[in-house]
Amino acid sequence: MEQDSVIHIDQLSKVYTVNEREAGLVAAMRSLVKRKTRAVQAVDSISFSVNEGEIVGFLGPNGAGKTTTLKMLSGLLHPTAGSATVLGFRPWERNRDYLRRMTLVMGQRNQLLWDIPVIDTFELNRAVYRIPEPQFRLGVDELTDLLDLEPLLQKPTRNLSLGERMKCEIAAALLHRPSVLFLDEPTIGLDVTMQRRIRQFITDYNMRTGATVLLTSHYMADVEALCKRVIVIHHGKLLYDGELTGLADRFAPFKTVEVELHNGAGGQPLAQYGELMAHSEGRVTLRIPKAETASVTGRLLAELEVSDLTVQDPPIEDVIEHVFSQSPTPLDNSDSQRPPSE
Amino acid sequence: MFAYYPIYKGYFRTALMVQFQYRIAMLIWLLGGIIEPLMYLVVWRTVSEQQGGSVGGYETNDFVVYFIAMMMVSHATFTWIMWEYVYRIRMGLFSVMLLKPIHPIHSDIADNIGYKFLTLTVMGPLTLLLAWFFEATWQPLPWTLAAFVPVLILAFLMRFYWEWSLAMVAFWTTRIDAMNQAYIVVGLFFSGKLAPLSLFPEIVQRAADILPFRWMLAFPVELLLGRITPRELLIGIGAQLFWLLAGYLFMQFIYRAGIKRYAAFGA
Repeated sequence: MEQDSVIHIDQLSKVYTVNEREAGLVAAMRSLVKRKTRAVQAVDSISFSVNEGEIVGFLGPNGAGKTTTLKMLSGLLHPTAGSATVLGFRPWERNRDYLRRMTLVMGQRNQLLWDIPVIDTFELNRAVYRIPEPQFRLGVDELTDLLDLEPLLQKPTRNLSLGERMKCEIAAALLHRPSVLFLDEPTIGLDVTMQRRIRQFITDYNMRTGATVLLTSHYMADVEALCKRVIVIHHGKLLYDGELTGLADRFAPFKTVEVELHNGAGGQPLAQYGELMAHSEGRVTLRIPKAETASVTGRLLAELEVSDLTVQDPPIEDVIEHVFSQSPTPLDNSDSQRPPSE
Repeated sequence: MFAYYPIYKGYFRTALMVQFQYRIAMLIWLLGGIIEPLMYLVVWRTVSEQQGGSVGGYETNDFVVYFIAMMMVSHATFTWIMWEYVYRIRMGLFSVMLLKPIHPIHSDIADNIGYKFLTLTVMGPLTLLLAWFFEATWQPLPWTLAAFVPVLILAFLMRFYWEWSLAMVAFWTTRIDAMNQAYIVVGLFFSGKLAPLSLFPEIVQRAADILPFRWMLAFPVELLLGRITPRELLIGIGAQLFWLLAGYLFMQFIYRAGIKRYAAFGA
């Protein structure tokens, strides 16, 4: 597996030293003489590999260490400990050949020049990345097509809406056809249509170029549409690495049981079967502890007039929320569920 | 070297486009660069006239030519990078620059030259206008004119490298306005901006010899005025080369250290 891996991280850690000061004038004066600092462990010995062509969702609540990890992988940050290689390069050495083959898109940071038309930023990137003219033309045409940029190219960045700007940012970041994409919240602040379009675009780009994508998003729709595999970190520690579908098996302590009843509940108190989530016109949704799923469904079928019954994992959003609300119990990497090697 | 040509072309083109968007801001900046030497010109011209037409070896006309030349040289060599960097780091723009496969100094050089190129259209006629208005007479020597070109380029480069390096202090603290101000005040005295250096006490002149400021401004200006002997020219170019090399090495060192710090503390 490791020969194929484009991104390989081993025990990567990052500790920030932050200045600390209490509120108030006295504290401000005291801090002149003696600075208090505190070490913040942003990323705590995480290890994983990503194979060529994979799209991996990198999940975690705010402050989990996702962006810090992406910054280390794109060469903006030096790790405190551990190692990482991407495409065979050590990212923080910022080798130019590496920088030419990767891209980092951050939802709130932009490379488009504010005052000039979008196409002129593209032109500048052509020069900086030394993209041959024919390849550049082809790239602009393709991106214009896929992202519907035609009406935007001649407009100065400052006249674009947030969604339009994001599309152009993504295009600018991909003109040099990077083979590794780090996407940090690429759909943040966009409406549903635009989110869907960007998702579709990422899939297309990945299919066409075989690029490897590591993506963070707070929108589970992004993750469900794009990523078979997810890596979850919390408080800087790796919690889960495996198939998206396995996340619920591992973390959701509940199943959702939907029951359709012929004659309503027939006077039976439904709460005895599990937590009542919804109840309307003979349709009942219950939340049942995972371990009791079999016995409870058995009882439901035996005791009520059931016309239909489905057992489901809870929505992925609920699972994630549940994971994040727990205190972290990190996985050992040997223990983590990775997808089978190709 | 040639590999950078298309990149510089790209940056240059972009710089011109951006600056066209800020015509008014550009003119206001320009005004600042014009008014300061003009003020000194008027003051010294008045002093000279009251002293009977000469102060410390400078006649009234020499003061006029000196400050017009100072205005041009100062304009040609000035940078705004020390303010720019604080903004860049505060706004996170520097990260974007770091992700590009090229050293960020190149876009700054191109940007600077782009601005100078555009403002030449104002500075050129203005110089002639001032010369006419103050009835300046100037008879340049051909060899000093020829020497002026490389001397000005060296002055530009050494000033650029030094100010670019000092701007890196923004990696350690983003409150560098006080440092910038100190740099400007010290420079004002030792560069010959405030008054020709020969008017200062001996000790200031000797200090100016060993500091870089003089070689950035006063030296090219005095060369234009024909106040430099060939021997002094060689010494001056030597000093410029020394400071350029020192500035370059300092830049390499502080840039690496700065990036390391930036990368350690969070980009």
